[in-house]
Amino acid sequence: MPALRLRGVVKRFGNLTAVDHLDLEVPEGTCVGLLGPNGAGKSTTMRLLTAQAIPDEGEIEILGLPLPQRSKEARALCGVVPQLDNLDVTLTVEENLRVFAYLYRVPRNDRKAAVERALQIANLTDRADTKVDKLSGGMRRRLLIARGLVHQPQLILLDEPTVGLDPQVRQELWALIDRLRSEGVSILMSTHYIEEAERLADTVTIMSHGQAVATGTPRDLITEHAGHEAVEVYGPPAKLHEVEQEAKAAGYATRRTGTSISILNANGYEGERRPTNLEDVFVLLTGEEIA
Amino acid sequence: MSAPKRLGRLERPALMGVLVREIINFASFWRSSTFSATVEPTVYLLAFGFGFGSLVSTVGGYDYVEYVGTGTVATAVLFSSAFPAMFGTFVKYKFQRTYDAILAAPVDTEELVTAEVLWLSVRAGTYGCAPMLVAIVFGLDPSWGMLLVPFIAMIAGFGWACFGTTISAIVNSIDNFNYITSAVLTPLFLVAGTFFPIDGLPQWAQVIAQINPLYHLVELVRHAVFGFEPGADLIHLGVLVFFALLMWRLAIHFMEKRLIA
Repeated sequence: MPALRLRGVVKRFGNLTAVDHLDLEVPEGTCVGLLGPNGAGKSTTMRLLTAQAIPDEGEIEILGLPLPQRSKEARALCGVVPQLDNLDVTLTVEENLRVFAYLYRVPRNDRKAAVERALQIANLTDRADTKVDKLSGGMRRRLLIARGLVHQPQLILLDEPTVGLDPQVRQELWALIDRLRSEGVSILMSTHYIEEAERLADTVTIMSHGQAVATGTPRDLITEHAGHEAVEVYGPPAKLHEVEQEAKAAGYATRRTGTSISILNANGYEGERRPTNLEDVFVLLTGEEIA
Repeated sequence: MSAPKRLGRLERPALMGVLVREIINFASFWRSSTFSATVEPTVYLLAFGFGFGSLVSTVGGYDYVEYVGTGTVATAVLFSSAFPAMFGTFVKYKFQRTYDAILAAPVDTEELVTAEVLWLSVRAGTYGCAPMLVAIVFGLDPSWGMLLVPFIAMIAGFGWACFGTTISAIVNSIDNFNYITSAVLTPLFLVAGTFFPIDGLPQWAQVIAQINPLYHLVELVRHAVFGFEPGADLIHLGVLVFFALLMWRLAIHFMEKRLIA
């Protein structure tokens, strides 16, 4: 039984179809990355999983429980780390964790130990009595993650876990997420950071306009859509445009990087070579224009 | 893995979780709310009690200080339930996104709303007594019936907290609370028999008073303090209970519409 399964899920807001016949699966014990640009439907998908949005069509199952009918039981088994920090800032670190130990129904006798364990996960044991508004951004994010783990969930939903953080802090959080995965917790993580998905996810689903446009391991996706190598051409905009037209005419897939043109799957194309990456696939599949 | 137990509605652990959050939070700001809850009625009591009290000695058979001291119980209930519910709820779902976090836990909107207003009604029941206690200092005679005032205040506070929650679920901007305060709460607060009897008001205002839960609260509190009138007081209590139940369901309905897409 997969930890999470979506079949043909549709969610509309008026004329906008935010999620459009989405299929998604998180096999037990794996980390699945939901990768897509802003507005692709990642956050709506996350809200569907906590029944804070109800799908218009399709089926959702979490740990074998159908949603929204049995969403409450499902929520008891899931840990949710939201994109936007909603900690209680006037409370201490320990108080924030204690409140969630109650909300997630940790039995009375286990509450203290659960809070201690969460403090350790967040590496905030020394800061237990510090008010949240006195914490650094990185500490707050660690606390936000630990808060979602206080009841030892079987499935964790991470919505953009490192958005807006320094590289050092991101690395620290990646180590934390990687450790959870190695402990056998199932993870669904939405992100628009390609490196994040590449490093942490066993499989990646790329979303665009509410649909899953590709699913696979990062390596397979790269090979399938961008080949092994790309050729990078630099130059003034007019030259880049010319190169792009020529490559396309010759049947190559291309992507812009801002300062250069990459010709993907570049077997037989002359020029400066580099290995392809997930970003190539991402831009290729989700489009070069900003919505 | 065995199938998890099916969870029902209005469960105690869910209500407890939300209440614990409120209680822990309250520990960090109880001083300021207790200050305003006690100082405000004292100011009213002094201003009206001694200001008007020098012009009129008795109203409806009561000393004016006794009249205002019991009447402002309703004011204190309104101020400690409807207003915190309007502003607090709005801030929690819109700015702090607290409700997002709570609804991601095994807590339903019905439980969230119920626990929040239960907590506010306990506060209103407590703070509602402040004017009466202040009035005792200024000459109101203690009576056994006063022991019922916290419970009456709690029932009314529940209704007004649900009213505030409903309003906060409907409005799109915090500025819109001004319309409700000016057009609904202030008039109701004035035609409740708090500072002057409603008999002197025009007919239409008396009709409004009859459907004004604050009026029934004022009457019931006065009768609790000075002596019950069973027939009339059952109606007053009935109105307060009906108002509380109706507003409770409305609050849940509109919060669900607001929070669940």
